[in-house]
Amino acid sequence: MKMVIHISSAMQDPVIARVILGTGVEINVDRANIDATSGEIVLEVPIDACNRVARAFEREGASVSVLEHPILRDEDECVHCGACISVCPVHVFSFADDWRVAMDESKCIHCGACITACPHDALKIVSE
Amino acid sequence: MASKTISKVNERIRDGSVSVLTAEEMTDYIREHGTEKAVREVDVVTTGTFGAMCSSGAFLNFGHSDPPIRMQRAYLNGVEAYSGLAAVDAYLGATQESESDKSYGGGHVIEDLIAGKEIDLHAESSGTDCYPRRMLDTRITIDDLNQATMVNPRNAYQRYDAATNSTKRVLYTYMGTLLPGFGNVTYSGSGMLSPLSNDPTFRTIGTGTRIFLGGGQGYVIGGGTQHDPENRFGTMMLTGSLKEMNPTYIRGAAFHKYGTSLYVGVGVPIPILNEEIAAATGVSDSDLTTEIVDYGIPRRSHPLVREVTYEELKSGIVDIDGSEVRTSPLSSFNLARRIADELKGWIADGEFFVSAPSAQLPARGSAKPMRETRGQLLVQDAMSGDARTIRSDACVKDAAELIIEGYFNHLPVLSEDGTLVGIVTSWDVSKAVARGDVGTVESVMSRNVVTSTPDEFVELAVQKMEKHKISALPVVNETRKVIGMVTSGDLNKLLVRR
Repeated sequence: MKMVIHISSAMQDPVIARVILGTGVEINVDRANIDATSGEIVLEVPIDACNRVARAFEREGASVSVLEHPILRDEDECVHCGACISVCPVHVFSFADDWRVAMDESKCIHCGACITACPHDALKIVSE
Repeated sequence: MASKTISKVNERIRDGSVSVLTAEEMTDYIREHGTEKAVREVDVVTTGTFGAMCSSGAFLNFGHSDPPIRMQRAYLNGVEAYSGLAAVDAYLGATQESESDKSYGGGHVIEDLIAGKEIDLHAESSGTDCYPRRMLDTRITIDDLNQATMVNPRNAYQRYDAATNSTKRVLYTYMGTLLPGFGNVTYSGSGMLSPLSNDPTFRTIGTGTRIFLGGGQGYVIGGGTQHDPENRFGTMMLTGSLKEMNPTYIRGAAFHKYGTSLYVGVGVPIPILNEEIAAATGVSDSDLTTEIVDYGIPRRSHPLVREVTYEELKSGIVDIDGSEVRTSPLSSFNLARRIADELKGWIADGEFFVSAPSAQLPARGSAKPMRETRGQLLVQDAMSGDARTIRSDACVKDAAELIIEGYFNHLPVLSEDGTLVGIVTSWDVSKAVARGDVGTVESVMSRNVVTSTPDEFVELAVQKMEKHKISALPVVNETRKVIGMVTSGDLNKLLVRR
C-alpha cells in the first residue's frame, strides 16, 4: 500500500531508519521530495503492516496519509489516447483489449509525470 | 473483373441491403475471401481517426449588433479569432491561446460551442460611419450564430513521424512528453483504420467526398496544406457544420509547455467499386511503415532513428539500438474504432450516402521547405577558432595564468587524448584559491559542459546559454575535440552587425 509521510524539513532525525528498525517492516521508498519548508515521502508498505508503520511515523512527529486513490481520472475528459502510458515510470497505465486505457492505481508513486503528459487535463493527483 | 458503381451502392443503402465493414474487419475479410468476393459482397468500408489536428478551426458569423460594429479584434472566452474579414465574420483557429490561460485555446472554445455552452464575446473596432460601434461585450451560444462552419486546412495525415528524444533532458513537444535518452516513443495516426492509408492513391477520395466529421456529416474540400502524396504524407482539407457535431468527437487539448490544439474525429467511407479499391482496404498495421525521428535535434528535418511499422508501435514496445523503448500513441484508437463503427451504423441505417468526388485528391506533388532569403547565422561565423585549453592534470595556478594572459573567463579542460572533459572559469579558479585548494584543474572544473557545434544556428546557441545561465560555449567537432569558443559577447556583436 502506498503511504505519504509529511515532515517538516527542520526535522534532522533519521526518521525512516528509526521506523524501519523499530517496526522491522520492509519499506520501499518510492519517491522523496524535500524542499526549504517541508518534505513529502512516498512509501510502499505491506498492507498488513500499514497501521503499525503509520503509528510509528506519527510518534516521530510526521503526519501520515494513505493513498487509496493516488490519481483520479475524469472519465468525461479522457479520450483513451494513451499519452500517459510511456511516461509513467511504474507502469500504472496500459491498453485493454478494446484500446481503452486501463489504470492500476496501486502502483502509483505520485510523481506527476502523467498529469502534464495528458493533453486533455483528465488526470489529477489526489492530495489527502 | 468484378465492379460496381456509386449509384448501385447508394441504391443498396436506400433499400437497406448494403453491406458495410470497418477497415479492421475488411482486412480479415480480404485475407480470408480475396478481393473478387469482396467487390461482390462488400459495398462500403469505413475508416476512422481521432487525434490532435492543429490545422483546424471554424468560421463564425455572429449576426449584426445594434448599433452595428465592424469587428477589428474579436475574442471568444479571451481567445482571439481572426476578424480581418467582413464586419461580423471571424475565423477561430485551434491553436490560438487565451490571453489569460495558456492551457485554454481555440480548440477548447470550439468544443465548448459544440457542447452548447455560453461563450463570452468581446469585440473592438475604431468605428466608421456605417459601423459606428467601438466596443461590444455579449454572451453567445452556438444557436445564436448564423453559421459555425469548421474549415480545417490540414487533417488526417496519411501517417506521421513517430518521435523520440536523444538528449539528456525531458522535451515537451506537440508530440507530447519525450523522455531523455530515448526514454519513450510517441506516435500519431490510426494505422490500418486511417482514412488515407485505406485509399493511398485516392481512387475514391477527393473534393466533395461526404465524410464523418466530428460526429456530423462533413465534406472533403480537397488536398490539405502540405499534402505530400509522393512521400505518403497525404492530407485533406475538410469542412462541416459545428451545429451538427458532437463534443465526444471534437475535443480541445493542451500540450504541456507547447500550446493548445484540437482533437478531431474523422471517418471516410470507401465505396468498394473494384478490386484495386478492395485490395487497398485490406491493408494491415504490419504493412504500414513510418519513421521514428529524433526530436532532440531542433531542426526542420529531425534525424531518422529507424523505420517502424504501426504494428510495432501499437505493440507498446519498440527496439532502439537493442533497448526496449515504450510507446505512447497520441491518437485514440478506441475513438477511431468508434468513429468507423458509427459511420458504419449510419450507412447501414440509410442515414448516410456515399458520394463520388468531383475531383480526386492530387496523387502527385510534395511539400517544399520555406524559401529563406536571409541566411541564418551559424556558430562558426561568430566563434573564435584559437581557444586556449588546459589539461585536466595541470595545476590550478597554470589555469589562472592562462586566464589572465588571455583576458577570458572560460577555459576548456582536455583529457590526455585531447577530448573535452570539463571547463574551468575564472570564478572556479578564484574559489579554489580562496579555499586554499590549489590542486589540479580536475578537482575544480565543472564536468557537465554545455557545448556547441560549428553548424549550430546562432539563435539556438543563444537560447542554450540563456537556458543554462552561462556566457560561453566550447565549440566541438564530432570527436569532441575543441575547435573554438563562442561567447555571448561574440554573438551579440554578430547580431548587432546585421
